[in-house]
Amino acid sequence: MTLRIEPDRLVEVARELYIRALKKLPPDIKQGFADLVRRETRAGARDVLDVMVRNIAVAESTDNLLCQDTGLPIYNVTIGRGVAVDGVALKAALREGCARATREHPLRSSVVHPLTRRNEHTSCGPGIPVIHIDFSDAFEGLRIEMIPKGSGSENNSWLKMAIPAEGSDAIKRFVIDCVLDAGGKTCPPTIVGVGVGGTADLCVHLAKRAATRPLGTVSDDVEGARLEAELSKAVNLLGVGPQGLGGDATAFAVHVELAATHITMNPVAVNMQCHSARRASALITDTGIAYGY
Amino acid sequence: MAHHVLVPPLTEEQVRALHVDDTVTLQHRLFGIRDATQIALFDRGRTTRLDLRGHAVIHTAPNVKRMPVAADHPTGYAPVCIGTTTSMRMERFTQPLMSALGVRLIIGKGGLGAQSLAAFGTLGGAYLAIVGGTAALETTWIEAIEDVDLDDLNPESLWQFRIRDFGPLRVAMDSHGGSLYADVDTAARSQRAAALAALGVR
Repeated sequence: MTLRIEPDRLVEVARELYIRALKKLPPDIKQGFADLVRRETRAGARDVLDVMVRNIAVAESTDNLLCQDTGLPIYNVTIGRGVAVDGVALKAALREGCARATREHPLRSSVVHPLTRRNEHTSCGPGIPVIHIDFSDAFEGLRIEMIPKGSGSENNSWLKMAIPAEGSDAIKRFVIDCVLDAGGKTCPPTIVGVGVGGTADLCVHLAKRAATRPLGTVSDDVEGARLEAELSKAVNLLGVGPQGLGGDATAFAVHVELAATHITMNPVAVNMQCHSARRASALITDTGIAYGY
Repeated sequence: MAHHVLVPPLTEEQVRALHVDDTVTLQHRLFGIRDATQIALFDRGRTTRLDLRGHAVIHTAPNVKRMPVAADHPTGYAPVCIGTTTSMRMERFTQPLMSALGVRLIIGKGGLGAQSLAAFGTLGGAYLAIVGGTAALETTWIEAIEDVDLDDLNPESLWQFRIRDFGPLRVAMDSHGGSLYADVDTAARSQRAAALAALGVR
């Protein structure tokens, strides 16, 4: 049986996801905070983490946004088995839902034209929201993940086209140097997303996927998983700490996503997610809409 | 590590009494300012009717809601969610903010650089660190939006907030050359070799 998804329903889902993502932090991130607080050895850093944890509770009790930065809106759509959906209408519906959330909540539109700097006050503009569409045979229905990507962390993004002779040492050195250069500007503790391999644009995209992956998940690739475990330990030796004010908790984790690359290439990209690592998801099936993270 | 309750406008002497690692709770009034506001004021020659002399500014662009003008919302805006943005993008505006507009304190996250530290020393100012990304909490310290100017730049208008018990904030850069960010950066870079060794990088 084929599930037909009407665009009108998707407008409502896109609207709801943006607002949900901004207000409630996923359980894996809350657990990440608990782990960092337990391990932190510096009192000043523990105080900063405590304020962050308190903010999560205040956002929930006052039904307010966790952070004022409504970010650049990203919708990741995965089309599973047994779904019929009009792709063009789907993209239009996500845009409309994003604009409706902005007008109706209301939210600060953080989106401007890159040259005129004009703000349409809809959180939309040329190419924004970012919409990625992929396919999976792992489930039935249609899944939409929404990520409001804050600019403090996004402004700290890097790509290095290293060469094969530099080996994986170049990747490790680059990640450490990016974390040092980011300092407190990315609102640490962060999730450090590392893209390895691919083309230049794919490498940066992999870094974004890595930065926005739930805590506790590991790279599908054995070598990628090994690298992220090593890097997760190493970045927390630096002492940048929460908000760049010193401490053990520089990152919740380092995540690695990789793709094959050219025989002459060794690209590495870093994209970070701030401590307000927001995301929400909806799974649409023939039984209805289930919201989650 | 003293705690200070400050009610702006402040004198130079009051600000010079602040030292790194002191804490501050701010009362009464606070101005919101951001990239576009300062580009307009310092690069494009625009002016403001608001008086910032002796006051504190926070690096912010708030979420607001339009309301009928009333005693609680004299500007027709109510706060929805007000938080703090990364300061470093606005590094070159600290000096003119202080010398041209008379600002004494900057509240932000992530810290400012050497130019700002020099301006704090020369002109008498300080940087107060707030915990970034905790806007829901910060919003509970803001009572009202008292005034707004340069509102064509919305949300990066020049905002005047009425505040209560705003803080505690941590003095992270002072007028005596102290900067927690510079200290942490130096210490972190000194750990670079150890981190690379742990990764087996030669």
